[in-house]
Amino acid sequence: MSVEPLLSVERLSVGFNTETGPVRITEEVSFDVPRASAVGLVGESGCGKSVTAQTIMRLLPAPPSRIDGGRIVFEGNDLLLLSESQMQGIRGDRIGMIFQEPMTSLNPTMRVEEQILESLRLHRRMSARAARPLAADILRKVGIASPEHRLRQYPHELSGGLRQRVMIAIALVCGPRLLIADEPTTALDVTIQAQILELLKSLQRTMELSILLISHDLGVIAEICRTIVVMYAGTIVERGSATEVLANPLHPYTAGLIAASPRRARKGDRLSTIPGSVPAPGTEPIGCRFARRCPRALPTCHTSIPRLVELRAGHDAACWNPLP
Amino acid sequence: MTPLLEVRNLVKIFPSRDGNHPMRAVDGVSLALRKGSTLGIVGESGSGKSTLARLVLRLIDPTSGSIHFDGEDLLALDGRRLRGRRRDMQIVFQDPYASLDPRMTIESIIAEPLVIHRIGDRSERRRRVVDLLQLVGLDPSAASRYPHEFSGGQRQRIGVARALALEPKLLVLDEPVSALDVSIQSQVLNLLLDLKARLGLSYIFISHDLSVVEHLSDEIAVMYLGRIIERGPADTLLRYPRHPYTQALVSAILDADPAAKRERILLREDQTGSGNIPAGCRFHPRCNFAMDVCRKVMPTPTSLPDGSEVECFLYGPEAMPSRPAPTSGSREFLLLGKNT
Repeated sequence: MSVEPLLSVERLSVGFNTETGPVRITEEVSFDVPRASAVGLVGESGCGKSVTAQTIMRLLPAPPSRIDGGRIVFEGNDLLLLSESQMQGIRGDRIGMIFQEPMTSLNPTMRVEEQILESLRLHRRMSARAARPLAADILRKVGIASPEHRLRQYPHELSGGLRQRVMIAIALVCGPRLLIADEPTTALDVTIQAQILELLKSLQRTMELSILLISHDLGVIAEICRTIVVMYAGTIVERGSATEVLANPLHPYTAGLIAASPRRARKGDRLSTIPGSVPAPGTEPIGCRFARRCPRALPTCHTSIPRLVELRAGHDAACWNPLP
Repeated sequence: MTPLLEVRNLVKIFPSRDGNHPMRAVDGVSLALRKGSTLGIVGESGSGKSTLARLVLRLIDPTSGSIHFDGEDLLALDGRRLRGRRRDMQIVFQDPYASLDPRMTIESIIAEPLVIHRIGDRSERRRRVVDLLQLVGLDPSAASRYPHEFSGGQRQRIGVARALALEPKLLVLDEPVSALDVSIQSQVLNLLLDLKARLGLSYIFISHDLSVVEHLSDEIAVMYLGRIIERGPADTLLRYPRHPYTQALVSAILDADPAAKRERILLREDQTGSGNIPAGCRFHPRCNFAMDVCRKVMPTPTSLPDGSEVECFLYGPEAMPSRPAPTSGSREFLLLGKNT
């Protein structure tokens, strides 16, 4: 049975106009987010994962950003063709979003309650009176004890973990089908991170939510996601089920990322490293963008671009010399 | 053998703006660092680990307590003699973007400590900078360039080169890889391992990331709200964490390996966000095992046969016999929170 994915990003290329001319940030990025499933977009800083997420939400100012090609199909509509006012109807209603730093995304001058009600008023045209019980409900759903008390507080009165819960509550109050979470636990302490990941996992199940989780940490992705998409220097290098990608990575970059974690090394041993660093946008080599850092590079890798193809069932990689 | 560094009962209280809520950032910490070894200090935000680092180097003065470095009472030194002592102890900071002056060339950044301590003439210092750059794996041509021309990992190498300029005995590393990408992080950690072996350095390695700390450390101390609540040999601490907080920290290590999935201990959240230190055991409001005594009495360190030390009533002589201490050798202890 083939079911339409909830979100389908098709060959998305995003660029920026800079002082020195246009620079391409992502190159033909394609992936699906199925209904009621979690997909993880992983990569290091500058790989284009956040640009991809913000383009889906149409949050990047254009100019300087520009769409150089591709489609973003959500519930049957190409989001790139919608007007700004149509997009406003989708943002916060059908698609919710949470960011890394809850303090900068919450309004410091508004009580928690007003910030939750704002969304309900805008999208549901509800009166404050009708919306108030829903606000308390959603706080309870995200695991906040004594919601009535919290509704009256300001963001600065909350701990980091609580702020992130409030952010999640705001993102989910209208019952979106898709939640985009951009490094949602990166700014949190590890014990709080564990709680927030647990919460996202349970919300995904109970609300039959689709989640697009963006993170630099494979460990965070592995907690929640069924599918992993690995990005490097603006391109997708590997894509597949989380268990497959993590247990049997095909792309040397993915394998390098997994091996570089000190969790994998014997204590005191040298850690496995990926030599060199990520090329800056606009300075990518021709051929495979990872070739210069790759321990398995062949002569072709330096001259021709590998396409993302299915090498094992449901497991794709863009590599001329994938791991066996 | 006297330890290289010995800290006794160190306390740092910061006054609050209104004068009524002094902040006990470090609240009675004792530790010893053997020559040539690495002490890892792990803790979350607000645990006091960075304040402790600054106290140890006397970048800030403690409210009370003692610090001995190489047998010398650091707190008794006057400004001039303290400066002399500082040659032996250097710090590397977390943010390689904020800790290098953007208007200075790499050469003047690395040579600055030599200039301050009036070591060598210009050409000697230049040679030393080249040596240091090579030591941390950078090309000598870096000397004439500026910080913005380097990536985060390279900047952190520059920070390490500057810290090593005076040939210190002790390096305090305050979250040295936390701002770096995974693939770069491992490069810098390898560099630190190499340098320690080659130069016979001692490290205090501070991080919120237990898996990074474990990789480098011989011993680990876990801080919570200003106190070391558990310490022990690194592998023991990770395999048999005793304190309920350490157990939660260990269980929160995320591993991308699907085969390594483990039961996670979820702590209660400090929902106030006030940072006030509770009476009794400072961890009791979040503890899954809290007993009456924990709310009233502050626990003192209990020594365990394997060389660990833990501040928790589950282990002390006062421990209630009816409640088995979660010391099982397997990962079963992780489930205790649910059964009790």
